[in-house]
Amino acid sequence: MAKRRNVELTVGTFVALGLVALFFLAMQVSNLSLSASSEGYLVQARFANVGSLKVRAPVTMAGVRIGRVESVRFDKQTYEAVVSMRIDAAVDSIPDDTFANIFTSGLLGEQYIGLEAGGSPESLRDGDEIVNTQSALVLEQMIGQFLFKKAGESG
Amino acid sequence: MLDPLVRLGRGVLDALERLGRGHLLLLAILLGLGEVLRRPRLLWEQLFNIGVLSLLIVGVSGLFVGMVLALQGYYVLSQFGAAESLGVMVAASLVRELGPVVTALLVAGRAGSALTAEIGLMKATEQLSGLEMMAVDPVRRILVPRFVGGVLSMPLLAAIFSAVGVLGGYFVGVGLLGVDEGAYWSQMQAKIDFDEDLVNGVIKSLAFGVVVTWIALFQGYDTVPTSEGVSRSTTRAVVHAALVVLGLDFVLTALMFGD
Amino acid sequence: MTQQGLESDGVLECRDVAGDARPEVLVEIRGLCFRRGERVIFEDLDLDIRRGTVTAVMGPSGTGKTTLLKLITGQLHPDAGTIRVDGQDVTRLDSAELYRLRRRMGMLFQSGALLTDLSVFDNVAYPLREHTNLSASMVRKLVLLKLEAVGLRGARDLMPSQLSGGMARRVALARAIALDPMMILYDEPFTGQDPISMGMLMALIRQLNDASGLTSILVSHDVRETASIADYLYVIFEGRVVAQGTPDELAADRSEWVRQFMDGLPDGPVHFHYPAPDLADDLLLRGDR
Repeated sequence: MAKRRNVELTVGTFVALGLVALFFLAMQVSNLSLSASSEGYLVQARFANVGSLKVRAPVTMAGVRIGRVESVRFDKQTYEAVVSMRIDAAVDSIPDDTFANIFTSGLLGEQYIGLEAGGSPESLRDGDEIVNTQSALVLEQMIGQFLFKKAGESG
Repeated sequence: MLDPLVRLGRGVLDALERLGRGHLLLLAILLGLGEVLRRPRLLWEQLFNIGVLSLLIVGVSGLFVGMVLALQGYYVLSQFGAAESLGVMVAASLVRELGPVVTALLVAGRAGSALTAEIGLMKATEQLSGLEMMAVDPVRRILVPRFVGGVLSMPLLAAIFSAVGVLGGYFVGVGLLGVDEGAYWSQMQAKIDFDEDLVNGVIKSLAFGVVVTWIALFQGYDTVPTSEGVSRSTTRAVVHAALVVLGLDFVLTALMFGD
Repeated sequence: MTQQGLESDGVLECRDVAGDARPEVLVEIRGLCFRRGERVIFEDLDLDIRRGTVTAVMGPSGTGKTTLLKLITGQLHPDAGTIRVDGQDVTRLDSAELYRLRRRMGMLFQSGALLTDLSVFDNVAYPLREHTNLSASMVRKLVLLKLEAVGLRGARDLMPSQLSGGMARRVALARAIALDPMMILYDEPFTGQDPISMGMLMALIRQLNDASGLTSILVSHDVRETASIADYLYVIFEGRVVAQGTPDELAADRSEWVRQFMDGLPDGPVHFHYPAPDLADDLLLRGDR
């Protein structure tokens, strides 16, 4: 009998340990604790070029993450990229003339959206669109422009 | 002159036949899964034999793998000034690949070989025939609880492996190499996705659990009932399980993280 | 008769010792053919086993005696022929029916085939717990009675690894009779036994058969021991029955083959030498082997 109890005890410990490990991975290692994904409100923005912006990329304001990119799709009427992002519900006072830029973290890093607050008294609400946008800087274009300008100066 | 061709043909036919027997056995096991609900005590015993007894080797391996990953990763990442990403690198490698795969290999060596030897010996000593003669189906009574035990143990062991590995990486990276503690965890949390990485890792290890236990049980059940046959089956169980796990890992990775 | 066989699932079935309406033959084998790969094991084998007797099947090693037991119990399927056990054709039964039939058969394996992770008591209790809903105290009483019958009541707490070969076989015998079967099959019960446990087993087989109206089938190549307890003997060789009769009849049989087997002569129809070219020629040949 004692042996059977020991088996049950160790098996119970083992299963509990495994579940704790899974929980640890979920909460401490993965983004589950960050992504309360259905909360917050949706805001859209149109860009001429989003570069390599990915779904789930961070949306930041003053360098602090306040939301995530929910989807990136192509508008075939205007030939623009439409990015919808979910902003944390707590951040509910973003002026509606805010600027949306696509930045790159470091030279080779991931791209993210940076918001720069405007001065309007009206705040963005669910479903609103940010009008002022600036596209991603595409490295090849920049180099091309740079070379063109240099050539112009010297020529 | 045709001898090599004949031998090749015979080899292929034998292999196909064995494959067929293996699948029939899997089918019989799946049909008998209800047995576990009727006699849960049999399952506890197998969770002990497969899960608990593999715990030590899996935990220790996870710790060392995590520590080595941190050492090596730090060396490479610091050359690009990206040592803050150490946490991501360690966690991603563990959760996506090393956790499920290395755990499956360890379990195949530790528990899979033991299963094959146990079943093979039961066959060699006529215990399986004895059960049949007592009108007890050995597939349901002997194989099904071991199968379920193996399949359930695998993701738990893999999770323990990954968790211990992440902590090992933390000790080395943050403790020894001086990576910023906040960066270690926050970068990890920002980049490791719950559905994409963690859930897929668990699915992988469930699949490996099925494959490893199935191969071990089949090799034991299909063994030539002599001591030589049992030892050969045990070796074959480990080798086959390792190869199939690695091959399957490639396929699953391509399917899950392909795009 | 078949009806009675199908309905009696329980252990506590009333055995009718008088054997009134039931045919005398319990196992009837007709035209049995069995091959393993290219090798022919049985070819057109006919064999009858009468109710209530100890029938022995003898033959040199490798003649498929164990295979015969596996065919009777439905663990193997013949290539042709019928095997009727208590009126049911074993070759036609599906696995549920086969399992039902097997509850009424006990088999003693060469190695005993005890479950190594269960104690002696639990091994004997296994079929009772498996197939009946008896209370724990009832199971205990039955197990102790069966163990008493084989003289090992005192060994109930030992594990199979602690038993000698003879004791393991006796425990296995207790397990085989736990469900009060209609017949028991013995696979080489005397192989590798010392004279004392051999004597015990012989006495047990005979006693069990007579005391509880069992039918016993015994497969062996130990001629003297077998002949001394069997009611009827079959001698098979190369897939056929070459001789049959009571032990006395076989002892009186003058055929060369029966004499060689029964008396254990080194040479006769079965040659001492494996077929080979002439020795002198072989020695003169050049070659590596």
